[in-house]
Amino acid sequence: MKITYPHMGNLYIAIRALLLKLGLDPVLPPPTSRKTALLGVRHAPEFACFPLKLNLGNFLEAREMGADTVLMGGGIGPCRFGYYAEVQREILADLGVSMEMVVLEPPSGDWATFKTRTRSLVGDCSWWQVLKAIRFAWYKARAVDALESKLLYLRPRLCEPLQLEAIYREALRRVDMAENRRGLDLAVSDFLKDTRGLPGKSGDLLRVGLVGEIFTVLDPYANYDIERHLGLLGVEVTRSIFLSEWINEHLFGGLLHVGGLDHLKEAASPYLNAFVGGHGRETVGATVHFARQGYDGVVQVAPFTCMPEIVAHSVLPAVTRDHGIPTLSFYLDEQSGVAGIVTRLEAFVDLLEARRKKRLKEGV
Amino acid sequence: MIKVGIPRSLLYYSYFPLWRAFFTEMGAEVVVSPETNKAILDAGLRSALDETCLPVKLFFGHVLALTGSVDYLLVPRLISVEPKAYICPKFMGLPDMLRARIPNLPPLIDVAVDFSRGTGNWENVLSSMGRLLAGDRRLIRQACRSAQAAQSLFQEQLEKGWLLPEALNGASGERGTERPAPPSPGSGRLNIALLGHDYNIYDEYISMNLIKRLRSMGARVATADLVSQAVIDEQAGTLPKKLFWTLGKKMIGAAFAFCDSGQFDGIIYVSSFGCGPESLVGELLARWVKRRRGIPFMLLTIDEHSGAAGLVTRLEAFTDMLLRREKG
Repeated sequence: MKITYPHMGNLYIAIRALLLKLGLDPVLPPPTSRKTALLGVRHAPEFACFPLKLNLGNFLEAREMGADTVLMGGGIGPCRFGYYAEVQREILADLGVSMEMVVLEPPSGDWATFKTRTRSLVGDCSWWQVLKAIRFAWYKARAVDALESKLLYLRPRLCEPLQLEAIYREALRRVDMAENRRGLDLAVSDFLKDTRGLPGKSGDLLRVGLVGEIFTVLDPYANYDIERHLGLLGVEVTRSIFLSEWINEHLFGGLLHVGGLDHLKEAASPYLNAFVGGHGRETVGATVHFARQGYDGVVQVAPFTCMPEIVAHSVLPAVTRDHGIPTLSFYLDEQSGVAGIVTRLEAFVDLLEARRKKRLKEGV
Repeated sequence: MIKVGIPRSLLYYSYFPLWRAFFTEMGAEVVVSPETNKAILDAGLRSALDETCLPVKLFFGHVLALTGSVDYLLVPRLISVEPKAYICPKFMGLPDMLRARIPNLPPLIDVAVDFSRGTGNWENVLSSMGRLLAGDRRLIRQACRSAQAAQSLFQEQLEKGWLLPEALNGASGERGTERPAPPSPGSGRLNIALLGHDYNIYDEYISMNLIKRLRSMGARVATADLVSQAVIDEQAGTLPKKLFWTLGKKMIGAAFAFCDSGQFDGIIYVSSFGCGPESLVGELLARWVKRRRGIPFMLLTIDEHSGAAGLVTRLEAFTDMLLRREKG
């Protein structure tokens, strides 16, 4: 069995660790590229959301590398992600591509199915080994998160952000290669050490919160490198959600009590008082949260036609009215162009700067 | 008399008889927004977010048409009307979206309708709504009973072959009066199954009179409302994974039932631009219908820019193709 899985930012690092520890033979699709997108778009439904199209492209590219099985996430709605695997399976079947789909879903009450499905995947591994593999993958996800959040913090502060990115890529490679926790810890601490001495800029930074649908938040291809563009414009970006939080919530069914997203759900009230699928409520909550923390603005990203984020976006004007925080929303798909995105980001940053200056002058 | 406004939009088409009977029995006056027209659509387009789908934009328009003339507005938070399935995220956030975007809204009756966990029923929902109007308990119980009677009469009529708007008009008649026989489905050589969410295919303005046009082209039109819930559940139960959208389940269950009946020459599927669930359901249906029966299938996507000429051209091409196929 040669097993592949879709890309979502640096998720591949955690999943590869998991599969290797389970004694499986993972096939990592090439990094998502224009070619991936075109492949996906050609075969996926026109109005399906962008991640479905990119996933499909990933599978087809992995197929060329010999993959015969796909590991995919699932869900029980109402967000479309829960039905991705079903649609992708039918598309692959009609294309005459024989790939088996293994769908990991949160164990929602039905433990027996969950157990047999997992068993079919892990073969002869003992449950103890499975547990150990999951734990190691989890630590990898945490290490990735540590690197990414430091990168977001440092990028606008350093004179040579490109040098920082080179160091980051090397650290990421070491995290990917690490075979035990010691290796992981070393990779992270070396990253912190290597970046400490780099010459920095002075001055007050603008701070922007990044909220929205998880795939477009985490995947630089899907969001056209929005974090990087903001960072190079001298803006510190803070994400509302990180990889490990998504893994805990979506794949473990929130089993780990590691500070979930509950506080964001509460903060969403009174603007959005119900679960609306995906991370719609968290998007609103995080916007309120960033406003309370004194951030200068919030950028929302979502795939074109994403239902939960459209609901969230619909109520954001009320948050802006009450909390005085500017927001900018991007709906992304294969039609988006990087020049348009950068232009809008530059205009937004200009606005935030002008606002800050005005406030300072008025002594607020 | 308290005036309760009901927007003629979205799940009005599924639950109006229930809601109408309930509030009338409670002693309120039920005010329904006018049939969709350009002014309503334009008002909706101005106040709703661009990214939302046509039906939600239209809902905003219908709400605006009622604002100012009613004491309460009925906008239930429709999360789920059956176990383990949802309607759509946008329905779930509807009251919040209205509050954030429309100033001076009348108080909303936004009781949550959530039967997803297998608990909860319309009686509880209606009772909560009744308590908002401060009715006494006996009155509420009585209103619940009439409401459910009205709704089951409506369901019965649909399964007997009434077209939904005809049954809805029937629902406004007095109970006990003699009911006319089910109207004929139209005479013609072609049998066409018209699938699509009720609020799209039965709104004459946004569907551009689709049903009448098909009939005038010599087609007999059947919709998913003809298929009973039991058959829909059974047919949709054959899917490899349970579909978690109620409306999508209805479309797929009905399409399979129509395919199996062998009586249909073609299927027309109406979807609104940007509809999330339909983007996947429509795709799966097209693939499955092709594999199961090879019945011709046409997907019509409508939005606020749709023009009748384009629609007519496609309908003509489709029916011509069906007729030629019949001859061959």
